[in-house]
Amino acid sequence: MAVRIQRTAFDVSKEISNFSTKLGASGAIVTFTGIVRNESGTLDHIIIEHYPAMTEIALKNFTEQTIVRFKLEDAFVIHRYGILKPTEIIMMVATAAPHRQDAFAGAQFLMDCLKSRAPFWKKEVSGVQEEWVKARAKDEVELESWEHKFN
Amino acid sequence: MKIKILYFAWVREQVGRSKETVETNASTVAELVDELICRDAAYGAVFKDLSQIKVAVDQELSDLNTPLIDVLEVAFFPPMTGG
Repeated sequence: MAVRIQRTAFDVSKEISNFSTKLGASGAIVTFTGIVRNESGTLDHIIIEHYPAMTEIALKNFTEQTIVRFKLEDAFVIHRYGILKPTEIIMMVATAAPHRQDAFAGAQFLMDCLKSRAPFWKKEVSGVQEEWVKARAKDEVELESWEHKFN
Repeated sequence: MKIKILYFAWVREQVGRSKETVETNASTVAELVDELICRDAAYGAVFKDLSQIKVAVDQELSDLNTPLIDVLEVAFFPPMTGG
């Protein structure tokens, strides 16, 4: 299990390759990669702020919970902060399990935790305009729906 | 007791600082918020709609009812937008 919070870019294929070489019991790896989207076409960059003392604790906690709940062999999270341009990779998660269903579900659950519970905030900068991205109510609903599935 | 308070994202911008240390007798997060609101109008604007504010107590996601016993650090911020 590993979590990394970093300013610099990373290579998704290298990360998957490193992850897979440490596995033994798994037959499936699922990965999710989040990138900076430019829906309006006018976005210059985003700024990601985070709460350093809390971020690592929170990400480790979510990843450990995910491994236990979905009986994963392993999982990892990388999340960037600072200034990122459109199409740049923001973050990724990877999950490994004996069979694909647990790997898919684990990746989805881990992403839902990250979206609503990890202390990151995005600001969009377009020319002189700056705007904090608003949290989507749907993200919170999706996270809560897992509690019903588990209980 | 002394508590370190941190602010993030638009909460930080509206308060006008990223951190401060306050001397307080507040026994819960809600009481601390009330003390801050009494202190300066800027806090009144920030804490006007508490549904838009999240709080962490000693780096753990908490809520307004969380007690502040032996607490070192409280952070206020908007709903998170990671991923």
